[in-house]
Amino acid sequence: MKSNSKHIIIKRLKLVVIYIFLSIVALTCVFPLLWMVGSSLKTQATVFSDTSLFPAQPEWRNYYLAWTKGEFSIYFLNSIFYTTFVVFGIILISSLAAFGFSRLKFPGSNFLFYMFLAAMMIPLPGSFVPLYVLVNNIRKLLIEFLANISPQLMNFFPASFVQQSTAFIQHQAFPRFAYIFCMINVGLSLSIYILKTFFDKMPKELEDAARIDGCNKLGIWRHVAIPLARPAIAVITIFNALNVWNEYILAQLILSTKDTMPLQRGLIVFQGMHVTDYPLLMAGMTMTAIPILIIYLIFQKHIIKGITAGAVVG
Amino acid sequence: MQKSKIQNPKSKLNLNIKSPKKIFNNLSLGFYYSFVIGVLAFVILLSGCSVQEGSVSSEAKVTIRGWHWMTDREEAFDELVRQYEEKTGVRVKFELYAPSDAYTQKVRAAAQAGTLPDIFGLLGEKRDFSSFVIAGHVANLNEEMLKDESAWKNRFFSRAIAVSEFLSGNEFNVEPGVYGVPLDVMNIQMLYNKDLLKEAGIRKPPKTWDQFLAMGPKLKAAGIHGFVSGWGEMWMIDCFASNYAFNIMGEEKVMDTIRGEVSYTDTDWIEVFNLFKEMRDAGFLYSGIVTMVNKTAEQLFSNEKSAFSFNGSWCVNVYSGMNPDLNYGVMLPPKKGKFPMKIWGGAGSSFLVNNRSLFKKETIEFLKWLSDDAQQTYLAEVTKNLPANKNSIGKLSPVLSGFVKAMEDTTHPNIWPVHEFPRVIEAFDKGIQAIIIGEKSPAEIALEVQKVKEKELKKKRR
Amino acid sequence: MVEARLQPKNLTMRIKHTLTNYLFVLPAVLIFGIFYVYPFIKVFQLSLMEWDGILPTMQFIGIDNFKEIMEDKIWWGSMWHAGYITLIALTFQNGLALLLALACNKEIRAKNFYRVLFFIPPILSEVVVGLVWQWILDGNYGVLNNILTSIGLQSMVRNWLADPKTALTCIAIVHSWKGFGWGFIILLAGLQTIPRQLYEAARVDGAGSWQSFTKVTIPLMMPVFSMVIILTILGSMQVFVLIIAMVGQGLVYHTTVPVLRILGAMTGSSRFGYACAQGIVFGLVLIVVSFTQKKFSEKMKYA
Repeated sequence: MKSNSKHIIIKRLKLVVIYIFLSIVALTCVFPLLWMVGSSLKTQATVFSDTSLFPAQPEWRNYYLAWTKGEFSIYFLNSIFYTTFVVFGIILISSLAAFGFSRLKFPGSNFLFYMFLAAMMIPLPGSFVPLYVLVNNIRKLLIEFLANISPQLMNFFPASFVQQSTAFIQHQAFPRFAYIFCMINVGLSLSIYILKTFFDKMPKELEDAARIDGCNKLGIWRHVAIPLARPAIAVITIFNALNVWNEYILAQLILSTKDTMPLQRGLIVFQGMHVTDYPLLMAGMTMTAIPILIIYLIFQKHIIKGITAGAVVG
Repeated sequence: MQKSKIQNPKSKLNLNIKSPKKIFNNLSLGFYYSFVIGVLAFVILLSGCSVQEGSVSSEAKVTIRGWHWMTDREEAFDELVRQYEEKTGVRVKFELYAPSDAYTQKVRAAAQAGTLPDIFGLLGEKRDFSSFVIAGHVANLNEEMLKDESAWKNRFFSRAIAVSEFLSGNEFNVEPGVYGVPLDVMNIQMLYNKDLLKEAGIRKPPKTWDQFLAMGPKLKAAGIHGFVSGWGEMWMIDCFASNYAFNIMGEEKVMDTIRGEVSYTDTDWIEVFNLFKEMRDAGFLYSGIVTMVNKTAEQLFSNEKSAFSFNGSWCVNVYSGMNPDLNYGVMLPPKKGKFPMKIWGGAGSSFLVNNRSLFKKETIEFLKWLSDDAQQTYLAEVTKNLPANKNSIGKLSPVLSGFVKAMEDTTHPNIWPVHEFPRVIEAFDKGIQAIIIGEKSPAEIALEVQKVKEKELKKKRR
Repeated sequence: MVEARLQPKNLTMRIKHTLTNYLFVLPAVLIFGIFYVYPFIKVFQLSLMEWDGILPTMQFIGIDNFKEIMEDKIWWGSMWHAGYITLIALTFQNGLALLLALACNKEIRAKNFYRVLFFIPPILSEVVVGLVWQWILDGNYGVLNNILTSIGLQSMVRNWLADPKTALTCIAIVHSWKGFGWGFIILLAGLQTIPRQLYEAARVDGAGSWQSFTKVTIPLMMPVFSMVIILTILGSMQVFVLIIAMVGQGLVYHTTVPVLRILGAMTGSSRFGYACAQGIVFGLVLIVVSFTQKKFSEKMKYA
C-alpha cells in the first residue's frame, strides 16, 4: 500500500513538472501576441512610451481605421480567394503525385521524386526575372489568341460583351491564376515530400482490401490514402495557407493592379519609407492573424484525429 | 465606394450591361460575381438586350501608367491625378509596389520583359541608373528642361536635379542630360534635444568636434545617453563618415581616393576612422547602435532617450507623430577639419519617363504639371516632405527651415564624378562597425579597406 | 505494392498501367516543369555571366563566378553562421518540440489549449517578433538585463544583439522559438499515428516508460524525425527576414547569412550573375547536407 501511494505521488509530481514546463513555454508564446494587441490599442505617441501591456484608454478606433485605410475589405477577399485555390491545388496535385511516388511503379519515379526534393533545397534568388518574363510571354500569347478569336465570337455575341470578357480575362483572370500557379509551385515540393513520408507508412493490407472491394488506383487514392494521411494533409494545409497568406513579393511581381492584390498589400501602407504607423500596423496584423489562427484551430483537430487512422497503421 | 461594391451585386449586373467602362474600373469584384453574373449576362445578352456597340473602342483615351514605391504618398497622388484628369481629360494611373526591395525587383524584371510603365522611379546607385539609361529605358529630358530659358529646370533646387543628371564626360558614358523629375528633397544632419542638454548643464549645441566630445562625460554624469542613429543601416554610417571625410581632407582628396590615387591608409582617412573610436571612448554612442535600424533610433530620440541624433529631414514628421512636445534643434555635424562640412542631400525621390512610352509627350506634360508650384506645395503639405520646387516652400517650422537652409551645403555620392566599388563601400562601413564595437583599430580597418580596394582595382584593369 | 499484386502478363496492358501511373504525377511535373525548371535553367545560365541585372548585354565569363565564390571568405563565413543557427535549431528547437509533443501526447488536461498557444509564434509577423525581442534584449533598458541585475548576475549584463559573442546565438534562439511550433505539430501528428496497442504490448513485456520510448517510439518515429530534421535544415539555413528584423543589416560580418549575401549581390551591388552562382552553390550545399542526413537516418532505421 505504501509503495503504491508513493507511486501516485511521483506520478502527480511528474504531472506538475509537465504542467509547469508547458505553462512557461506557453507564456513566452502568448506574450508577443498580447503585446501586439496591446500596441494596437495605443496611439502613435504612446505606443513606445506607455509601458503597460494594455493602455488605460484603449483606442478601439484603430481597428476601424486600419480596416478602411488599408482597404482590407477587398484585400481580404483576394487573400481568401488565393489561399483557398492554392491550398486546394496543392493538396490535390501533391497528394496525387506523392501517392504515385509512394505506391505506384513507373520508370523514372525515383529520379522525378529526387528532382522535387532537390528543388526544395535550391533557392532560386534570381528566378523572379525569368518568372516574370515567362508569365508575360504567356500573357502575350493569350492576348494574341483572344484577338484572333474575338472576331469570330463577335458573330455570336455582342461586341461589347466580347471586349469586356477579353479585358476581364486579361486583367483579372489571367494574372490571378498565374499567381495561383506560381504559389502552387512554391509549396509543391515540400508538400509532396511530407505526404510521401506518410503514404510510405500505409499498410498494404488496406490497399488489397480496397482492391477486392473493386477500387481502382484512383479509388485507392481517394478512399484509402487520403483519409489515412489526414494528419499530414492538415499539416500541409496549415503550412501552405500561412505561406500564401503572408506572401507579398511574388504577388507584387505577378499581379499588377491593386484590386487583385492580397492582404499583405494592405499592411504595407502602414510601413512608410520613413514613418511607421505602429498602432495601425499592429491592428492590421492582429486582424490578419485571426483567419490563420482559425485555420489552425480547425485543422489541428485533424492532426489529432489521426488517432483513429493510426490504429490501423502498423 | 468599397461598400456599395460589396453589398450590391444586383446593381453590378446592370452596370455590366449598360456601362462597360465602369465595370472595367471595378473589375475585381466582378471577378467574384463573374461566376454567377457571367452566366446570367450570357443569357440576357443572348436573348437580345441591346447594347451600344463600339462604346468601348471609342474610349481610346490617353492613359498614363506610373509605378512608385512611396507608401506615404499613395493618397496624395490619387488626389492629384484626379485633379489632372478633371483639368485635361488625361488619365493617369499610379500603382504602388512596396516595400522598396519588392519594388526594385518588379522594376528590374519589367525592364527585362519590356513592360515598364510610362512613369517610374529608381532606387539605388547612380551606376544602376546609368544601366537603365544605356538600356534605353529612360528618356532624356534635357530639351524639355532647358526650354524657355530653363523654365522647368530652374524650378528645382540645383541639388535635386543633380541626382538624376549626367554631365558630359561622365564615367558611365551616358549621353549627357537630365533624366528625372525630382519630387522632393532631403538632407541628413545632426539633431539635439534642447531639454536634455540643459539637464546636463550644457547651454549651447557644439560647434566643433572637440566641444562635442567634451559633452560626452557631462551627459554621462547626468545619466543621459549621448548619441543615437540608425547605424544598423550601413548607408547611414557611410553618410556620417563621408561628411567628415569632406571636412577633414576636402572634396578633391576624397575623389582622388575613389580614383585610386590616394590610399585609405592615408592619415586623413585614419583620422576619419578614428572619429568613431573617439565617440565610442567618450561614451557617446548608444549601446547597440551598430545593429539599430533607423526606425528604432527615431523612436529613442523622440522619447527623449538620447541627447543627439543623426537623421534625415523626414524625421520632423516622425518625431511630431511620436512626441509632439519634443524640444529639439537641428545643426550641421560639429566641424573637425579645415575644409567645408558637406552633408548628404538631394532629391529624395524622382520620377523618370519611359523612353519607349507611347505617350511620352503627355507624360512629360503631366510631370511638368506635377512639379509645378501648386502641386508641389500640396504634396509637401500632405506628405510633410521638403518640396523639390523652390517656390513651394511655404511656412516651415524652425527645424524644417534649418533643413532647407542647408540644402546648398549638400552633396551626394550620386552627384560625384566618380564612384566607389560596392565591395569597398561594404568593407568601409562594416569596418567602422568593427571599430565601434571595439573589435579592430582604425589603422587596421584602413589597411583592410585598402586591400579590398586594390583587389577591385586589379579586377577592373583586367 | 499495388503493382506487385496485379502484374498484368500482357505487354500492352502493362504499358497502359505504367501510363496511368504517370498520370498521377503529371500535374505536379507539369507545373514544376513550367514554373521551376525553366527559371532554374535561366538562373544556371546567368551564373556563368557577368551581368548587372539591367543592361541588355551580358558577358560570358565561364566559371569565374564560382571561382570567386570559392575565395569569398565572407560568403563562407555567412554559410557558417547559417550552419550555426541550424545546429541550434536542430538541438534546441527540435528538442523543445519533441518534449512538448510528448507531453501533449499524454492524457493531460487542457492540452488543446497548449496546442493552440504553441502555434502562435509561427504565425506572428517577423516585425512583431523583432520588436518584442529587441525590447527584451536591449542593452540599456532590456528586460533580460534587468532580470540579470536583480538576481545579482551583473557581470552577464551586455547588449545582447550588438555583442559579437552573443548576437548570433540570440538570433538562433529567437529563430528556434519562432519555429518550434512546426516541429511540434509534425511530431505530434507522427506520435498520434503510433498505435496504443504497441505500447500496451511493450508494457506487458515488462518495459518501463523509458524502454517503451526507446523501443517503440523512436524506431517508429524515425521517418518523421528525419523529415523534421530536413525541414529544420531547410528553414534555418534560409532564415533572413528575422535577422533583418532583429539586427538590421547586421553586425559587422557576424550575423550575415547566405540569403542576405545573395540578395545584397543581386540588388545591392547589382551583380546578378554572381548572385545566381551563389544561389546554386548554396543549393548544392543544402542538397549534400540533406541527402547525407537522409541516408544516415535510413541506415539508423534498418540497423
